[in-house]
Amino acid sequence: MSVAPILKIEGLQAKVADEALGILKGLDLQILPGEVHAIMGPNASGKSTLAKVLAGHPGYEPTGGKVQFDGEDLLGLEPDERSLAGLFLAFQYPVDIPGVSIANFLRTAVQARQPEGEDLDIFEFSDHLTERMEMLDMDVSFAERHVNDGFSGGEKKRNEILQMAMLKPKLAIMDETDSGLDIDALQVVAKGVNRLIEEDPQMSILLITHYQRLLNYIKPDFVHVMVAGRIVKSGGPEIALELEDDGYKTYETLEGVSTNGSAPGA
Amino acid sequence: MPENDTIQDLDLDEYKYGFVTEGKPVFRAEKGLSEEVVRQISAHKDEPVWMLDFRLKALAVYNSKPMPTWGGDLSDLERVLDEIYFYVRPQDRMERSWDDVPDEIKETFEKLGIPEAERKSLAGVGAQYESEMVYHSLREEWSKQGVIFDSIEDGLKNHPELFREHFATVIPTGDNKFAAMNSAVWSGGSFVYIPKGVSLSTPLQAYFRVNQERMGQFERTLIIVDEGANAHYIEGCTAPVYSTESFHSGVIEIIVKKNARFRYTTIQNWSNNMYNLVTQRATVAEGGHMEWLDGNLGSKLTMKYPSCYLMGEGAHGEILSIAYAGDGQHQDTGGKVVHVAPHTTSSIVSKSISKGTGRSTYRGLCKVHEGAHHARSNVECDALLINDTSRTDTYPYIEIEENDANVGHEASVSKIGEEQLFYLTSRGIAGDEAMAMIVRGFIEPIAKELPLEYAVELNRLIELEMEGSVG
Repeated sequence: MSVAPILKIEGLQAKVADEALGILKGLDLQILPGEVHAIMGPNASGKSTLAKVLAGHPGYEPTGGKVQFDGEDLLGLEPDERSLAGLFLAFQYPVDIPGVSIANFLRTAVQARQPEGEDLDIFEFSDHLTERMEMLDMDVSFAERHVNDGFSGGEKKRNEILQMAMLKPKLAIMDETDSGLDIDALQVVAKGVNRLIEEDPQMSILLITHYQRLLNYIKPDFVHVMVAGRIVKSGGPEIALELEDDGYKTYETLEGVSTNGSAPGA
Repeated sequence: MPENDTIQDLDLDEYKYGFVTEGKPVFRAEKGLSEEVVRQISAHKDEPVWMLDFRLKALAVYNSKPMPTWGGDLSDLERVLDEIYFYVRPQDRMERSWDDVPDEIKETFEKLGIPEAERKSLAGVGAQYESEMVYHSLREEWSKQGVIFDSIEDGLKNHPELFREHFATVIPTGDNKFAAMNSAVWSGGSFVYIPKGVSLSTPLQAYFRVNQERMGQFERTLIIVDEGANAHYIEGCTAPVYSTESFHSGVIEIIVKKNARFRYTTIQNWSNNMYNLVTQRATVAEGGHMEWLDGNLGSKLTMKYPSCYLMGEGAHGEILSIAYAGDGQHQDTGGKVVHVAPHTTSSIVSKSISKGTGRSTYRGLCKVHEGAHHARSNVECDALLINDTSRTDTYPYIEIEENDANVGHEASVSKIGEEQLFYLTSRGIAGDEAMAMIVRGFIEPIAKELPLEYAVELNRLIELEMEGSVG
């Protein structure tokens, strides 16, 4: 394989920091630059845990396995270092930061990406922010609102995509981005994501979702089924359609069965 | 990284500073408080007899009142008070040299971008900062309009009738033990008079005054805002103030006359050995509007509750308060609003941050007297806790003697959450910067009311204190 993977997960095990019980139980996944992957699974299969462990949430503890991001050992990095390395997590439940405007928050995050000692050009930044907001059908006044404070579900998710658009990650993990969105909001969000994929064909995306719905709008190259902390089946978009028809029942019997969860394309 | 480590390492407020100065023989009154000391103060200031009598009566009241048993821990205060000098003539104050100022402090000033001349004043070295050009042109403009902006001593000398008519009418000597103490030994402070209908666009700033101690240990300020006038007064600074003194007890009296508007902004960042016990009160006449903006960042213990007495129909009082209590600090602050007349309105918004073993207390009173019908008041106090060891308490006293009044109170306590920190850091923002951002956001509703240069300085201060604080 000539192209190096952007993300390579081997045998990843993880648990909630204060608890003994493992949630991820030996997960393998590989994503190449420019690929869109979807992980689907029933509730409590560990999908969101995977997203949080990859982003470095302090409430979770990796207990085994390896994760390489862009050739670097990911698990040894702090959350801010992971972000600067090009990893992005669109949160399922973005938190409020009262008193901090979106403009200020994003300026700080973009500034963190400037070379040491170089200040962001504030006018350039502001123009860029306006352009990105227009792309997502957001009113410019949105930039002065406080981060997620009093936002509707749709506004929160759009704000996540705005951040993704401003931070230009190499890999974006989108954790249940479709939850809580009506069809109009979902289309706006999907349009934004597709536009970003168009702009940067090398950007990779990992969609985490319970439902097939989102995949009608953001087309995955690969779909993985996750059950009980492991990937139990991988394949093309057709898997999502099967799930739509049959649900997860057939997979639940696979729990405990040793399966090779390597992604195709590896 | 576990959350607690992140937070424990924060170093928002460590004062490692103290001055060691070579004493030289100077004139001082004896240590402690006595009639002799009070007589010396009055004689040095060449005061009229009525003021000496006033001081002596106040001393008797002070001696007759017990130490308060509520509020902060004052158990060590008697010992402290026996050791301090209640009066040192300004010309006899101990000289300190810039070389004596610890490097950390110089660095703090450097990072805050405080002008050279002002740094020396803040560190208690040399003359007070005086922005001469700015000051003189403003002063000319003000005096043309009949504004008086003097030291309290000059106010007494040059405007004896105006002074005597108002002095101690808002805060009588017997109001509380420390107001009595201040009444006996006051020295330094401002005397301000804004004539009828005069509206000042530039705030009066205490540091514009020349040749006087900016913040005396026993400052006394008297401000009269005449009918229909409008002004803003600013005192204090966000930068750390270093003092060898360990006790500060001020009295600030403000008289807002009919349809006048006034805002008093004060920010203190005393070093952590300081007991800061201040009485601030305003009376507001019919249609008048008074705002206190009170920031408490420093001191060991602060007890301060700016008050508005709404005496005339339709008067409005507002108190905005920010307190920060770091390790070993106790900020016992809040506000009082007393509705005496009908259709009076008031609002108190208080924000406190407690870190390490810091403790912040909101203590507020909303009183509606009988006859103050249609009075409306709203109190909102929010506390932010940074560690498990941090503490906050709320004492909202509400006394309503009027049936037709509307009083609301809301309180919230929150802890800087792992989720907020994770959210910000997951966008590439470093841990200490993320923490500073959350703290700044929390105080934003009040910080945005500050004059720009203060808000900027406050933000930089928070940033600076968070720097390098998260592993």
